[in-house]
Amino acid sequence: MKGLIKKKKILMASGSSEQNILYPWLAFVSILLFNLIFTDGFFNLEIKNGHLFGSLVDILNRGTPIMLISIGMTLVYATGGVDLSVGAIIAISGAMAAKLIRPDYVKGVLEYGDQTSLLIVLLIPLALSFILGLWNGFLVAYIGVQPIIATLILMTVGRGIAQLITHGQIIVFEHSTFQYIGSGFFLGLPFPIILVILVFVFTWALTRKTSTGLFIEASGANEKASRYMGIPVRMIKSLTYGFSGFCAGLAGLIITADIKAADANNAGNFMELDAIAAVIIGGTINGGRFSLAGAITGALIIQGLTTTIITRGVPPQVVLVFKAVIIIIVALIQSGKLRNKVSKLMHTGEKIS
Amino acid sequence: MHDLNNNLLEIRGLSKSFPGVKALDSVNFTLERGEIHALMGENGAGKSTLIKVLTGVHKKDSGYIKLEDKNFEASSPMDAAEKGISTVYQEINLLPNLSVAENIYIGRHPMKMGLIHWKALNSLAQKALSKLDLDLDVTLPLSSFSTAIQQMVAIARAVDIQAKILILDEPTSSLDMTECKNLFVTMQKLKQEGISIVFITHFLDQVYETSDRITVLRNGRFIGEYETAKLVRFELISRMLGKELEQAMESSDKKTANDISEKEPFITLDNVEQKGVLKPFDLEMREGEILGLAGLLGSGRTETARLIFGIEKLTAGTVKLDGNPVNITSPKQAIEQSIAFCPEDRKTEGIIPDLTVRENIVLPLQAQKSFFKGITRKEQVKITDRFIDLLKIKVSDREQKAGTLSGGNQQKLILARWMAMNPRLLILDEPTRGIDVGAKAEIEKLIFRLRAEGLSVLFISSELEEIVHICSRVAILKDRKKIDELSGDDISEENIMKILAQESRADI
Repeated sequence: MKGLIKKKKILMASGSSEQNILYPWLAFVSILLFNLIFTDGFFNLEIKNGHLFGSLVDILNRGTPIMLISIGMTLVYATGGVDLSVGAIIAISGAMAAKLIRPDYVKGVLEYGDQTSLLIVLLIPLALSFILGLWNGFLVAYIGVQPIIATLILMTVGRGIAQLITHGQIIVFEHSTFQYIGSGFFLGLPFPIILVILVFVFTWALTRKTSTGLFIEASGANEKASRYMGIPVRMIKSLTYGFSGFCAGLAGLIITADIKAADANNAGNFMELDAIAAVIIGGTINGGRFSLAGAITGALIIQGLTTTIITRGVPPQVVLVFKAVIIIIVALIQSGKLRNKVSKLMHTGEKIS
Repeated sequence: MHDLNNNLLEIRGLSKSFPGVKALDSVNFTLERGEIHALMGENGAGKSTLIKVLTGVHKKDSGYIKLEDKNFEASSPMDAAEKGISTVYQEINLLPNLSVAENIYIGRHPMKMGLIHWKALNSLAQKALSKLDLDLDVTLPLSSFSTAIQQMVAIARAVDIQAKILILDEPTSSLDMTECKNLFVTMQKLKQEGISIVFITHFLDQVYETSDRITVLRNGRFIGEYETAKLVRFELISRMLGKELEQAMESSDKKTANDISEKEPFITLDNVEQKGVLKPFDLEMREGEILGLAGLLGSGRTETARLIFGIEKLTAGTVKLDGNPVNITSPKQAIEQSIAFCPEDRKTEGIIPDLTVRENIVLPLQAQKSFFKGITRKEQVKITDRFIDLLKIKVSDREQKAGTLSGGNQQKLILARWMAMNPRLLILDEPTRGIDVGAKAEIEKLIFRLRAEGLSVLFISSELEEIVHICSRVAILKDRKKIDELSGDDISEENIMKILAQESRADI
């Protein structure tokens, strides 16, 4: 008990240093406002069989993979790196899970055999994802490969690995307990949302309630000075990549469990770019200070946009263009430089008048 | 008195300030036609600023520059080169992937019908190189040649742009003996052709071997212009290191060397070497001792500090702590052995500008604990406030970004960070560089106090006066080697300079 109280008192440095996430929130709220006015029934929530349904829940639910990888990506970004391989890791993790459920499917055997235990279906893909992430971290921190190159390797090779696992086929499966990860409900909410909340709270506590967050920020803000202060910069970097891999692996499980199939070709395709956008929109732009809440908001903005556009019946081909425009706008608003310039312009305007 | 008409370049009263520092304070410089003129001074003396203002990297604040009696102002190094002043930098500013010929003529390619005339390009390049007695395959990429050759190519390029003045910034720092000799021959040749050369180096021997005249700068000020033949080495060194703090400094209580020397040394470096960087040397330190490292720029002062702190690895020799050999291969391990290091370059190696003052102070303390065993916020605040108070660090708020502090306060911040760790050995690399006189005195006082508490300090400074004032023992370094040691009453600026001025033996 005493230990618990003591732990509570430990308020690590930088507990107060979450970046200002006002602007991303404004952007998200304006997306919601737009829908309030123009999309009928957008805010309708109904309970069917004790499960909550509605566009809002849908945004949260569909956004879970991006939110998860954004959490990992934020930490990688804070160390001054980037992780392009998360999309590929999603594919690998999903392929691995499906293969574990139906090991002989790729040989044309349609029978399941004994049902694989849930623990194995979860742990092996997650462990694999973590190790792949660590590999990225090793290349970056110990070998000195540029992050964009190091993770590009796995981005390219990873999809190949996923296809090797599935032999290029789409493995479909039934596994009632595993499917719960993707489409189950808990306390009326879709289970993936619960998972994101858990991961977020865990990561937040890890980085803000222990010194880990400060070490990450220090390593990203000034690597040399951090090393001279005895901070294990290399280990920290490697672990953030490992964690990013883990988050991607979890996202891969959610996606696979939801569609009851592993599609090595398309699962997580381009999702790394969405995650990077989410992180940047959320205010983590350089190595150093980072904001987890900002990244989640960024992910919500991106998913909110996608859902809005789809519910309004805009052809899906145009979705990307819309996304791009909104990302540019939010990124510009985020830029302190631009804000300064604008406020200066306003001031000079006042002087003239 | 030399003939006025013979002056190719005349700089008078040139000043340049950067926020917080006066980099050049009314500097004069005169370059005659066809001479090799050495520009001398320690780090921060203003040599590079002078060159940068001359070649258009920075804009001057006041004063004038006249080239051939006409006002001269360059908007960029390229512009300066076109107007006759070419610079070859220490880190060769060429493109390693392009061919030698392209490097010489980049931006000035001979053209034929709107296309690059490769044949002419290559033969022109050949000709430019032959002026320097160099015969290379000019179509090979630059990177396939040695540093010395690359430098020659850079010079060929500089000379080919019809240079009247050639500035060589530390050209010999990465050359071996024969390559240096070749360079000097080339310099003489260019001089005979009427080109004036500004030669920047920290190797005194080379200055005496090549230059006709010397201009000395110190702390952004013009100290004097001398004929090389008439200025003895000792004089040159004393001009470069000079008396800086003329105001009466409080007398130090350092003459306690004798009682200290009776103590057992707690850290001993035995025949320690870092191949290619530091030649083997011995060094020992006792508790409560301030050991100075004196020497000119490039003598191996900073390198010694980096070696002890585990940033660089030693290739031979042993380090002993309390008589036990230890193997320190990273700063983390050095810190575990209670060694602390304040690096020379505060901005890039010392503080983390984006983090707060509090975070900057508690970070190393935190790093020594495990990830999860933290220091409570309350404790952090207590530690931070104590040191802000103790060192009189001027902050508006402990949550202020460290990058917004002035240089002196940043230095105090780094000292505070290490004092919070209670180290046994504190390495200070140029702790007073670029900070104002008041803060300087405060830091010196602090060092004395730490010493009184039994801490030992390794003190590196290019200001001899400071070394003499503070240290109870001084190790003198020259050409990457420890050459002598002085202690107690033998420590004086004159003695140190005498030792530094001895001609380097052997080697040549």
